[in-house]
Parts: sequence; C-alpha cells; structure tokens
Amino acid sequence: MIEVKNVTLEYGTSEGKVLAVDNASFSAKESEFLCLVGPSGCGKTTLLNMIAGFFPPTQGEIRVHGQAVNGQGLDRGIVFQDFAQLFPWRTALGNVAFGLEMKGVAKSERERIALEQLRLVKLEKFAGSFPHHLSGGMQQRVAIARALAYNPGVLLMDEPFAALDALTRDEMQRLLAEVWRATRKTVIYVTHNVAEAVYLADRVIVMTPHPGRIRAEVPVRLPRPRDPLSVEFLEHQKMLLRHLTQKEEGPS
Amino acid sequence: MKAAVSITLSLILYEAVARSGWFAQALVPTLPTIARTLWAMLADGTMARHAANTLWRVFAGLALAAVTGLVLGFLMARYRPVERFFMPLVSALMPIPSLAWAPVFILWFGLGNTATVLVVFYAASFPMVINTWTGARAVNPLWLRAAGAMGASGASMFWKVVVPGASPFIITGLRLAFQRAWIAVVGAEMLAASDFGLGWVIFDAKEFLNADIMLASLAVIGAIGYAFERLVFGSLERGTVLRWGMVRTAKA
Repeated sequence: MIEVKNVTLEYGTSEGKVLAVDNASFSAKESEFLCLVGPSGCGKTTLLNMIAGFFPPTQGEIRVHGQAVNGQGLDRGIVFQDFAQLFPWRTALGNVAFGLEMKGVAKSERERIALEQLRLVKLEKFAGSFPHHLSGGMQQRVAIARALAYNPGVLLMDEPFAALDALTRDEMQRLLAEVWRATRKTVIYVTHNVAEAVYLADRVIVMTPHPGRIRAEVPVRLPRPRDPLSVEFLEHQKMLLRHLTQKEEGPS
Repeated sequence: MKAAVSITLSLILYEAVARSGWFAQALVPTLPTIARTLWAMLADGTMARHAANTLWRVFAGLALAAVTGLVLGFLMARYRPVERFFMPLVSALMPIPSLAWAPVFILWFGLGNTATVLVVFYAASFPMVINTWTGARAVNPLWLRAAGAMGASGASMFWKVVVPGASPFIITGLRLAFQRAWIAVVGAEMLAASDFGLGWVIFDAKEFLNADIMLASLAVIGAIGYAFERLVFGSLERGTVLRWGMVRTAKA
C-alpha cells in the first residue's frame, strides 16, 4: 500500500526555481501493478526516487504501508535502467545475496534464497557468472532478482527495459508479468513506453511535463496474459496517447 | 618473444661497444665479465643479502605509504574539510623529488634505515593518496544508491561497495607506488645507507672502479623490479579488476 499525497518537488537552478513535480497525488493498493507514464521531464523518475527515499519532497507526504517514507528502507526494492547498477566485483549470486547479507542472514541461507530468486528470473545456471559476462537483458533480470531477494513489499522500477532491444524487451515484459504474478508485490513502474504500460499495468498514471503533473489515471482491465495486437489493447494505447498529447485544459 | 628480441639486440650492441677498444675494459666490462661477477656475488650470498636489505626497506616504506595513502585518500574523498586541508599540502609536496629529502632525513635521523625508509615512504605516498582519492570519488553513484536501498550504510557501504568500487584506481596506485618506491630506494641507499643494499653496492663500487659490480647490481635491480611488476601486480590485476570486467585487456 503506497500513498502519495499532494507531493511537490521544487529545486533551484541558476535560472530560478523549477517545479519538477506539482501537487501529485495517487495511491497503489497491495499487489497492484501501477505504471507512471510520461515523456522525459514529466517528473516520473523524480517521483519514484522520492518514493524510494533518495530525497524528500518539498511539500506533501509519501506513505508506504502506512509509514511515512524517511530515507531508504528494506520495505522497497529498486531496479534502475542502467545495467551498471550491478556490482561488477560480485557474481550474479553475490549481487542477489547483497541485501540479505546486509540484513545479517547466514551465508548458506542467503545463498539458498538468492538461488531461488535467480530461478524465478530463469538465471540459476548463471549464478557464478560475473555481470560483465551477462547480456543486458540478463543483467536486468539479476537486478530484479536482487531487488526481490530481501522480500520487500514494494518493487520500484525505473524504466528497467528501456536500454534493451525490442525483442529482448518483449521477453522481459512477459517475464516480469510472470514474476509479478508469482510474488504479488506492489509494483510502481516508470516508463515512457505506452504499449509497455498497457501490457503490464493494472492502472496507468499519465504525467505531463513543465511542470510535472498527473494528467489522468487510466485503469487497464484486460485479462492476462495480454495480447498487444488485440483491439482492446490498442484502444487503451490510443487513450493514453490522447492524454499525453492533449493541450493544457482541465484534467479528464 | 618481442621482449627477448629487443633485449638480446641491446646486449649484442653493448658487447660490441665493450669489445671495440674505444673505452677502457675496467669502465666498460664485457658481458662475460659482468656475468662472472654476478654469479660470484649470487653464489657467495652477498647479492642476496644486499637485495634482501633493499627489499626490506622498500616494503617498509611502501607499507607505510599504502596505509597512509589509503586512509588519507578515502578521508579526503569523504569529508570536504579533510580534502580542503590536505589537497594544498599534497599539491605542494608532490613535486619535490623524494631524493631531495634524503640529506634532510639524514640530518634528522642519521645514516641508515630510518632515512632510507622515509625517502621511500615519501616517494610512494603520493600515487597512493591521489589514486585512492580519485578512485573513491569515481565509484558509480548507482552502486551507492542500490546498496543504500538494500540497507548498506557506514562500514558495510565502505568495505563492500566503496573499496571494491575504487579498486581499479587503488591497484594502479599500488603499482605506481611500487615503481616510485623501487626507484627511490636505490637512490636513497646511495646517500643514506651504510654497508648494505643494492644502491649502496653500486655507490661503493664506484670507489674501486668496479664497473662490473655496478652493472651486475643494476641488472639485479632491473630484474627484481620487472618480476614484481609482472608477477605480483600483474596477477593482482588479473585476479581482481580484470576478472570483474572493471578494466579490460587491450585488443590484440
């Protein structure tokens, strides 16, 4: 359960104050898959980083499981876009076990759990490989396993597949949908890709830039696994695109 | 293969000059003469004793420099006041040749090991400080964020993320420090050591016009330096940063 209430983030630059996020409010239910969609500069990543606790909002409040967010916490796992997020000096298994190691879980136990997580993302055969021997898609799967390993209730994902080729991205989306079904985490997923949002989300929050504002909330009530070529799927895409391209007049 | 060719050609050229009769045999001894001297010094253990003295001094100075450099480098990277205080000192002291300190150290501490080790320490400290400081600042911020989200902080963040993250720079720093230390120790022994050490042997041999002893000692100095560079630091790199893909081998 995540609540974002009237969150505003303002920061100063040499040209004056910039409103990165303007009065954003939304919430995510337990086990809900929520996508934040918008063009670059709409504040979606900034919003995610505030939920992660990397910095506090200028105004407003964020609560995770009823607790006000105050810095980073083990109740939230995070996956970034950049493949370089993995620790190159640790094997895939060592990376996935990191959070458990910080928690003080015994070595054999954390390796067992880490291996289980790698199996979930279909990488158990590569447990002993160093990240630089893995492809981009595999590295992102390790990153997902790493964020899940210490069992946070919430998974925060910042365009994790944006740097992958289209085929690998489709495969990753299918895998993530499976992982989500298996783990029932609450997911907040940031993307600029409308089709990706319709494929993955229970609900899509549409954001527009300058200043970063929530424009619309669109529920996606299509049965899973979703068919990206179905009429309903394409209609949802069109609806999101309409919200994204609409000029500034009253929110829908 | 290339190395063997270039070394052999240089030796042949030297031998030709030595046999040409242009210079006195005593000043430019032939290779067999040098080899005989080297063999004799190896056989009766004098060379080993001198080399052991030199190695002891170099490692004492290098160990001090490594500890000082690592501690100071990490502190400078972490705390601005430390950086502001030490950076001007480092910048001012670094350009002073370590050998220029030898007479001062002799004046303060007398002839012997203390002065020699201090010269080595002075020479080796700066590459350690600068590289550790740069390495700590070059640690990918994404690693820090990911580790922070997984509960790392303080000591665990330092030992499990910052140190390995900075390791390519630190290993290069150690390599440079050893090179500078090895150069410095021979020079320092000429001025400050008494009775033992490879530098002292060379300087002492000058008194008796023993060019063969000088050249034999130079060969040993080169060989030990080469062995450390290739075997010790080469394997250190292969076992860590190269294996982790944090640095790459050059293309063939």
